[in-house]
Amino acid sequence: MDTESTHSGYSYHSSRSGRSNRHGDRSRERHKASGSKDSVRSERSVVINPPDSPSQDSPVHNGEPLPGEPTPTADEGDEAQDDNWGETTTAVTGTSELSISQEEVVGLGKEMYDRTESFRRYLPLAVGSCVGLLVLATPLAFLLLPAVMWPDRLQACGAACEGLFLSIAFKLLILLMAMWALFLKPGRASLPRVCVYRAFLTTLTLLLTMSYWLFYGVRILDAQDEDYHGIVQFAVSLVDSQLFVHYLAVVLLELRHLQPCYSASVMRSTDGETRQYNIGQLSIQKAALSILEYYYRDFPLHNPALLSASKHRAAKHLAGLKVYNVDGAQPGNGNQSRAMVTAAAKRKDSAHNELYYEEADYERRVRKRRARLVVAVEEAFTHVRRMKKEDEHATPSDIMDVREAALAIFPSMARALQKYLRTTRRQHSHSMESIQKHLAFCLVNNMSPKAFLEAYLAPGPTLQYGPERWMADQWTLVSEASVTGGIKEGSEFLLKCLDFSLAVTIKGIPYIRLTEEYVDLKSHKFILLLQSETSV
Amino acid sequence: MSAGQAFAVVVQRIEIRKLRHGDNLILGFSIGGGIDQDPGQNPFSDDKTDKGIYVTRISQRGPAEEAGLRMGDKIMQVNGWDMTMVTHDQARKRLTKKNEDVVRLLVTRKSLEEAVKHSMGSYPRQ
Repeated sequence: MDTESTHSGYSYHSSRSGRSNRHGDRSRERHKASGSKDSVRSERSVVINPPDSPSQDSPVHNGEPLPGEPTPTADEGDEAQDDNWGETTTAVTGTSELSISQEEVVGLGKEMYDRTESFRRYLPLAVGSCVGLLVLATPLAFLLLPAVMWPDRLQACGAACEGLFLSIAFKLLILLMAMWALFLKPGRASLPRVCVYRAFLTTLTLLLTMSYWLFYGVRILDAQDEDYHGIVQFAVSLVDSQLFVHYLAVVLLELRHLQPCYSASVMRSTDGETRQYNIGQLSIQKAALSILEYYYRDFPLHNPALLSASKHRAAKHLAGLKVYNVDGAQPGNGNQSRAMVTAAAKRKDSAHNELYYEEADYERRVRKRRARLVVAVEEAFTHVRRMKKEDEHATPSDIMDVREAALAIFPSMARALQKYLRTTRRQHSHSMESIQKHLAFCLVNNMSPKAFLEAYLAPGPTLQYGPERWMADQWTLVSEASVTGGIKEGSEFLLKCLDFSLAVTIKGIPYIRLTEEYVDLKSHKFILLLQSETSV
Repeated sequence: MSAGQAFAVVVQRIEIRKLRHGDNLILGFSIGGGIDQDPGQNPFSDDKTDKGIYVTRISQRGPAEEAGLRMGDKIMQVNGWDMTMVTHDQARKRLTKKNEDVVRLLVTRKSLEEAVKHSMGSYPRQ
């Protein structure tokens, strides 16, 4: 994780902290599981590799690993990659006992990062609690200090005064609950900059409290005022003002952005998936946050395997077009270059043909596999059913719980399912255990085979798959306008993560003019249009 | 053409002798149209607001076909009675009067008009 990366303009890091514990090994696991080319750091220790092995890890220099270097790992498995690219990294030497391994260095970095992470996450909570304590303690202090400091000269508290005690108690209770509801929760995200409204409200509260203390100190403590009724009324007015500030906080922080007035169009850069969302008046960073929450709910899982085909086509296209004329314009080379250009043109002409037949073939294959899969699953589901009353005296070996039932019928459909997932290139997003778990879930809830299959026929939303598959955990907000400024008509910003980015454009919701038209119930009258033909 | 406006058309006189078919006297064609009908559904009229009486079907080898009536003809008069502003039922009654053996129709046809125009156009103006 690059906490110390350079900031360009207004781009900042915004991390999506979905996990509550900050163990480093969880994310280490994630790195091992994802075979993505663009993972930031590999955590395998450096070994000497022969030049044609694909598993080249991190560049090292003079026997010490470079902790800040992002390393692209080679693809294992199904993608045919250039196996010799490992030779282009810097010199490889083995680990010696003196140098620390890559794993430890990364672990150190992670610890520091996690500590700052939790600090950032709980800082608003800490500030909120401090301000809250101050706010709650101040009226009580106002009431107690005269009774402690000059009890003998204090006037006795009459009935009206004691009524005010009651009102202070309830108002403080309400204020406590309101503050707990609004402010005292662990943040659900860490944003690049401080929220302007929160800072303003905190300042306002502190200002209010300080001015009351000042007034109290000068007019009451110094003068040692004896009118206790007046002091109690003063404390009540403080609690009232604090309640009104809290009302302002509710309006500014919660209510203002509930009414939608902008429509954000979000487009993913890799496959062009677009969605529209209606959001209210928010700052750019808050808008980015709510859009990211919608992203996890709505967008189908990002699948890097589906993009390789277009990349290969692009590579072939570029390879065909490059016609170098190194020796300058000479008549002998003219024919050669012309031949190359026509060959390139011919290749370009056949590219769309290839694509058409490839896609038709792919569709046929997918449909065939899908048909086999549906039949296999339906057959598998016929072998198991819920135990009924009359089955109780069946042989005990046949009665099993959900997990065993799922394991029993899984093998008959496993092959067909795996082949289908391989054809649609989604085999890495479903592990055996997850499929078995889903099967058990469907059996428990009496789902039909079609219901079980739906999860595998189409890619579901990103949130469904669990954190190790998201491939998008750390987001960067790139925006030309300041991120604490509000969104306006025509704002654009970019949300980048490692593999792809989301481009967001803001448009205003149109001003709608609605008029009414009065319709009299008696005005619904009709005539019959005849067309008859008579023979004479 | 709207009601009340004068118009000039080329007309043809057709005389049909009714044929006795069992108990009825038939002419061998069907009519459509009328001021109480929907003129927009008339496939034969040029002007879709024309509520006149049109011939919609001709029976094969019936008296009407032999007399020269054609499908799509607009009937302007029947035995002197005007048929341009009548209801469908009135038109039917005028054509099926039991005491008349012969009906003399005044019909107009698009092709008639065009034939006359062509023939007029081929003579040089004097």
